Amino acid sequence: MLQGNSARGGLRLEAHKERSTREPIAQASAPALAVLPLDQHAGHPAMPIVAIGDRVAIGQAIARPTGDVSAWLHAPVSGEVVGIEPRPSVTRDCMPAPSIVIASDARETRHPPERTIQDFLAVDPLELREWIGRGGIVGLGGAAFPISAKLATGAQAAELALLINGAECEPYISCDEMLMRERADDVLHGARILMHALQAREGIIALEDDAPLAAESLRAALAKIEDDRIRIQIVPTIYPSGGERQLIASVFGREVPFAGLPPDIGILCHNVSTAAAVARWVRDGEPVVSRVVTITGDGVERARNLEARLGTPVAQLIAECAGYTPRVERLLMGGTMMGMPLSTDEVAVVKGTNCIVAASAMDLQPRQPEMPCIRCGNCSEVCPAYLLPQQLHLNARAMDLAGLERYGLMDCIECGCCDYVCPSQIPLVARFREAKPRLAEHLRARDDARDSRLRYESRAARLQRLEAEQRARLEEKRRQARRKES
Amino acid sequence: MTELIAFALMMGLAALSLLASRFAARGADATARARLIERINDVLPQTQCGRCTFAGCRPYATALAEGSADINQCPPGGDSTAEVLAALLGRPPKRVDPEFGIMPSVPMVAWIDEPACIGCTKCIQACPVDAIVGASRYMHTVIAADCTGCELCIPPCPVDCIEMRPASASITEVIEAARFRALPG
Repeated sequence: MLQGNSARGGLRLEAHKERSTREPIAQASAPALAVLPLDQHAGHPAMPIVAIGDRVAIGQAIARPTGDVSAWLHAPVSGEVVGIEPRPSVTRDCMPAPSIVIASDARETRHPPERTIQDFLAVDPLELREWIGRGGIVGLGGAAFPISAKLATGAQAAELALLINGAECEPYISCDEMLMRERADDVLHGARILMHALQAREGIIALEDDAPLAAESLRAALAKIEDDRIRIQIVPTIYPSGGERQLIASVFGREVPFAGLPPDIGILCHNVSTAAAVARWVRDGEPVVSRVVTITGDGVERARNLEARLGTPVAQLIAECAGYTPRVERLLMGGTMMGMPLSTDEVAVVKGTNCIVAASAMDLQPRQPEMPCIRCGNCSEVCPAYLLPQQLHLNARAMDLAGLERYGLMDCIECGCCDYVCPSQIPLVARFREAKPRLAEHLRARDDARDSRLRYESRAARLQRLEAEQRARLEEKRRQARRKES
Repeated sequence: MTELIAFALMMGLAALSLLASRFAARGADATARARLIERINDVLPQTQCGRCTFAGCRPYATALAEGSADINQCPPGGDSTAEVLAALLGRPPKRVDPEFGIMPSVPMVAWIDEPACIGCTKCIQACPVDAIVGASRYMHTVIAADCTGCELCIPPCPVDCIEMRPASASITEVIEAARFRALPG
């Protein structure tokens, strides 16, 4: 079943998904107060288009994108805008981020859809791409990258294959698996819309071999639509096989160039939830105002998947899962490998929230005090990005930016495999996360210097040319004057 | 006689080859120096601000290569650039001399008070990196993303309508501005 052999590294981890996949996806109740950070997608934050005191309905646009990499934001509840102000946000480690706050009136009034497209094949691909961007859709796998920006890069490739990522490799997270089980039709419909919008020649839905029920449901849905351009591929369950680059390597047996993007090799990758969101938006006119969130961990009584409105406080979701157990120790947003610790449960669900782990000591790897690196090399064996974490660690300790660049720090996907295997208990990924912004800043400064140098040089050349032209004109005038005299 | 002629020929040949090698050496020197200037220029921050007392980054790089400038004259590059220059030129490291200017703690860019601008184009002519747009008797504005913060546009302005502001207006400020715009009334 293993296609190609270029997927390397990674770990076989215990999945911990049984508890949260016992029950079907349930609807969480709407929050009384929805808090919507404006920077809940990658790129530029959105700009509010409503004012305090405005009444809004579910699905009404409340903030517009700024710049190319940005996304629309829609009201998840009906009610009144009571604040546009900084609120603690998961996007900033529970520090305040500018947010729109809506007080629900519990009437659940829906904004009438502006447009619904049933026969998407009749719509021009460019128009369809632009329309998809209006739905506030971002990468719902967790990265929250605006779909409009991704579609724009994908549309430039001549021959494109669409890869729908259902390989939910990180332990504890099961929202995509449940979505594929229950809404396989949406996933496939979304995939077909995306294929038309991108004029892709084939579509592949990849998922891991530990989700047989999801695969079954997808196969049944695929048999119904009879689209022979779409196939389902099972990949082995090795964390982080669901990483974009790792999944492409194991499905296509090809590598995405290190400074490039998947469209450079004719592939565009979207998460299954993203595809389902595309279907909901295009077919039903329903923008992203909710998402499936896995609530799990030994620290919560009733682990399950909830469809939660954006802006719902984490505390409310925990309460709907019968509350914390006495064993709870820490709260994580995301899985246990890459998840972010939350210092409070007062923060709200955003588009990128795939999972909340209320962790007990059982869920977390026990950590001892850090010891020196013994150069065992375990970290480089498991690194799925082909990096040398121990060298990166040494360079990060010295903050040697040139060294960090040479050892490819920017290619680190922060999967945490190196951390997991390190016998010296070095928190490698934490170090890399700390060093990354500094290296990015350094690289940006260097790019800026190159740009201003180019502008300086072209300006100098232009001034020189203008002066030469002026001199030539003067010379010509003098010559004519002399000719007149003689 | 033949020995004499042979000797003269040999002398002539030797002199010729000496001359040729001298020329070749001079050529090699020139390319090596050009390469050194290029390498120095590569580590300079390209703000083109002239704080080093030279007309821009490349002139400063040229002076450094010739040995007529010191490595501590570039405030935008800071101590880290001075360190790299020291390594590159084999000179003892030095901190940047504050006499050449002290950089603000946050990166700053020029900002034009647009209602006050009279459209004289003097700042446009002063900008070394073409970061100001505008035309004669039309309002000018700074392309903040392209501004290197060199401050060269400030002295020529006859109405003093240019000032330096922090480069990245924080997101909060942007949102604040939007909020006031969105307020009713």
